[in-house]
Amino acid sequence: MRTRKVTYIAGGALLCIALVAIPLTVKKEAGFTGTDDKAKDAIAQTNPHYKPWASNFMPTFSDEVSSMFFALQAAIGAGIIGYGLGYLRGSKRKDSGNK
Amino acid sequence: MLSSLVEKKKRHLWCLLLLLVAPHPLWAMHIAEGFLPLPWCISWYIVIIPFLLAGLYSIRKKIRHNPRIRLLLGIAGGLTFLLSALKLPSITGSCSHMTGTGLGAVLFGPFVMTVVGMIVLLFQALLMAHGGITTLGANTFSMAVAGPLVAYMVYKVLAGLKSPQWLSVFMAAFLSDLATYAVTAGQLAWAFPGDGGVMASFVKFITVFAYTQLPLAVIEGVISVGVFNFLQNHSIEELKSLSVVKPVSAQSTCEPEK
Repeated sequence: MRTRKVTYIAGGALLCIALVAIPLTVKKEAGFTGTDDKAKDAIAQTNPHYKPWASNFMPTFSDEVSSMFFALQAAIGAGIIGYGLGYLRGSKRKDSGNK
Repeated sequence: MLSSLVEKKKRHLWCLLLLLVAPHPLWAMHIAEGFLPLPWCISWYIVIIPFLLAGLYSIRKKIRHNPRIRLLLGIAGGLTFLLSALKLPSITGSCSHMTGTGLGAVLFGPFVMTVVGMIVLLFQALLMAHGGITTLGANTFSMAVAGPLVAYMVYKVLAGLKSPQWLSVFMAAFLSDLATYAVTAGQLAWAFPGDGGVMASFVKFITVFAYTQLPLAVIEGVISVGVFNFLQNHSIEELKSLSVVKPVSAQSTCEPEK
């Protein structure tokens, strides 16, 4: 039972890694820019007269700073998940210990 | 000589094809600030209001019913935070990110994730210049209304068909991720029909978008199944009280939706 579980988790993790790694190796020359920026370009192409009528509230920072914000967001998310799952696991162990 | 000419022509053809396909992905996870005409922005804001109210009401009701689900709500919200911050490379050579709203919709029903998703989008729009305040309504609709709705319906239908639990969760997360992008493509195509009309541009975007998002949607499905299995092993009482899984003793009696 336990080995089966480990196999599933390892298989899932490997699948995820492969799905990210394969495009990175196959499409080395592609820039891997965000789809949002491509959408801006596409709008400019299909509707050349469209002018964006609002700009971002925050000034645009360098890539380093914005990747910091993304890392922060991921860290907050992962932190909450870790806390929640850890809490559940701890309380389950305590329950089974009391019985 | 001739063969090299043919080869060259072929290559040109490929380049042309690539040019036709590559620079046109009008879908995006989030529509950038200012890139949707004002009437559209206002309309999408109005559209999401009922979903938002339903979500707030649903959160209050569910927490009152069982305060212990707050932890699960945190986990679902954390997953949305985490997954929507990870921009992953995809086979089309561009990056996109997951939504993470599918699992929450499976756990809490479709409307709760509207609130959670909007918070994430607001965070991204304010701090990272990703998405935007003017397009927040439209982006909330695609990621936090349409995606969760699809996830919830897929899960309920598959669970009703007695499909294995993991498959139901996987398909719910997988399809909700795809649906988010499909709706975004639709929103953009609708607002920017170009020369070919709404349907033509939508069909074009949807076929291209599928390739970028497909592997990411698979990853989202796998992660959602992993978290769901953990919750099933460690928090089965809460899942029962949310009527995500049926109590074993009452397998035959169909529980009414709460």
